[in-house]
Amino acid sequence: MSVRSTLPRSSLSTQGGAPPFTSADVRRVDGAPLGPLGAKPESAGIDADLLARRSRTARRRRLTIYALRLAFAVLWIGSWELSTRMNWVDPFFVGQPSGVVTRLWTWITDGTALGPLWLQAAVTMEEAVLGFLIGSGLGIVFGILLGRVELLAEMLSPFIKAANAIPRVVLGSLFAIMFGLSVWGKAATAVVLVFFVVFFNAFQGVREVDRNLIANARILGADNRRLTTEIIIPSAMSWILASLHISFGLAIVGAVVGELFGATAGLGQLIYNAGHTFDVNGVFAGMFVLAVLALIAEGLISALENRLIKWRPSRVSGEIPI
Amino acid sequence: MASPAIELRGVTKRFATPNGGIYTALQDLTMEIAPGEFCAIVGPTGCGKSTTLALISGLERPSAGEVAVMGQPVEGIPDGIGYVFQTDAVFPWKTVLENVAAGPRYRGAPGSEARAQARDWIARVGLAGFEDRFPHQLSGGMRKRVGLAQSLINGPRILLMDEPFSALDVQTRTLMENELLTLWSSTSASVVFVTHDLEEAIALADRVFLLTAGPGTIKGTFEVDLPRPRNVAEIRFQPRFAQIYEAIWNQLRDEVLVSYERQKHAAAV
Repeated sequence: MSVRSTLPRSSLSTQGGAPPFTSADVRRVDGAPLGPLGAKPESAGIDADLLARRSRTARRRRLTIYALRLAFAVLWIGSWELSTRMNWVDPFFVGQPSGVVTRLWTWITDGTALGPLWLQAAVTMEEAVLGFLIGSGLGIVFGILLGRVELLAEMLSPFIKAANAIPRVVLGSLFAIMFGLSVWGKAATAVVLVFFVVFFNAFQGVREVDRNLIANARILGADNRRLTTEIIIPSAMSWILASLHISFGLAIVGAVVGELFGATAGLGQLIYNAGHTFDVNGVFAGMFVLAVLALIAEGLISALENRLIKWRPSRVSGEIPI
Repeated sequence: MASPAIELRGVTKRFATPNGGIYTALQDLTMEIAPGEFCAIVGPTGCGKSTTLALISGLERPSAGEVAVMGQPVEGIPDGIGYVFQTDAVFPWKTVLENVAAGPRYRGAPGSEARAQARDWIARVGLAGFEDRFPHQLSGGMRKRVGLAQSLINGPRILLMDEPFSALDVQTRTLMENELLTLWSSTSASVVFVTHDLEEAIALADRVFLLTAGPGTIKGTFEVDLPRPRNVAEIRFQPRFAQIYEAIWNQLRDEVLVSYERQKHAAAV
């Protein structure tokens, strides 16, 4: 079966956000801070000096990155605001940052046309989270099952490929008919988007399990059930968790698209309404709220990932240049 | 005489190669290993040393011939087998304690008992205090100790070792070899130790099997009548060691040359 999957996060380079690591993370096996080889007591002063310099360098670098990010945002939003103020481009078509802020503020203080803003966010999040949980749950179960049972994988391979190839968002219209205006139509749209990403990763994760580990577990006396729960699943976990990062974003896409096919509340519906009333600032304001929610979810998933695979060596590169 | 711990009789093992051919790893191999005996298998690269272990452990089935462990034909993984792999095979998501306790747990011991046993074995291989570390926090030598404890905790009557120390630096390796001998002397296990290092084989084993360049079969068997307990670091200086080394090397050399020529030829084609 051909596989399209995301790599485990460990194989990606360090992304932005927190600094790659602080000098406190560099530890010897026995837990003592790492010093130069053969450090003697009298060189403790030199060690401390070196560590202080390292942490100063790290702090400076962190500040530089934050400053650069701020500069980028100011430049981007500033030029947008300026070009609309000066009427180089028409704010009616491209919106205006100050207008977006005003719109957001009205939504927060006076509520939206559909009701309070938090309610719209809650509705969309409910749909997305339901779709995410069901979709990734099914993806993990089927990924592991097909990864373990070769016959099943070969039998289902063409069907899965075909299902993966069709643009599944169109199923949203079908789900709108099946589930009406309820939350389940949107959740179902999210499920079909999330499922395949998680499925392919779980499947691949099971296939990539080190043969030596399996042989070792069998020699040690593991039966098939133990082999699956103690070797296959933990080993595939880095692949699965890597896919969850992408799939929550897809769950939000599913929920929003589902709302376009018919809904009474939700951020997707809010954006849809704004679009239909030529309220470009409203569209951007809705997108902004979605982006904030997606970032929060991403943070939660990263926290979950770090908790579940604390056994993995941190792959951040060795040294901070001094 | 009691039945041998391990018996291979006329064993041949063929593999299908990816490009449709057939590769014969072992050809008509016959060997017997007595209970409590420490054997080493040496031979040039690709002579089927690891395949021999896979057959004894039941991970692979022979294409022809018979494999018996403790007088029973091997079908599936026999009882009382321990296997120390060449590459790290400890479970990276388990702590040292969980890794060593895995065997007893898989064999049905309650968790607390398995952990108590594991602590004991962790101390015996010199890793006390490292119970809660994950493998990636340990050095290569320490991970090998975990692997040893993981196998020995099950009280194997047969311990199969596939170049277990080949990835270690020379000093750590000598240290581990000595510890292996100490641990082994307190058990009654038979050991089959695969290595390409003739010195290691002689220093550790009672008997050395020399395999021919693939397809592997027995070219010669050599008794190592050096006294025990041995100190691996120093035994190499004994004149008897040099004699045995020379005797085996004289035969191994030809096989190494055959194997080397073959690789060169394969690379040229």
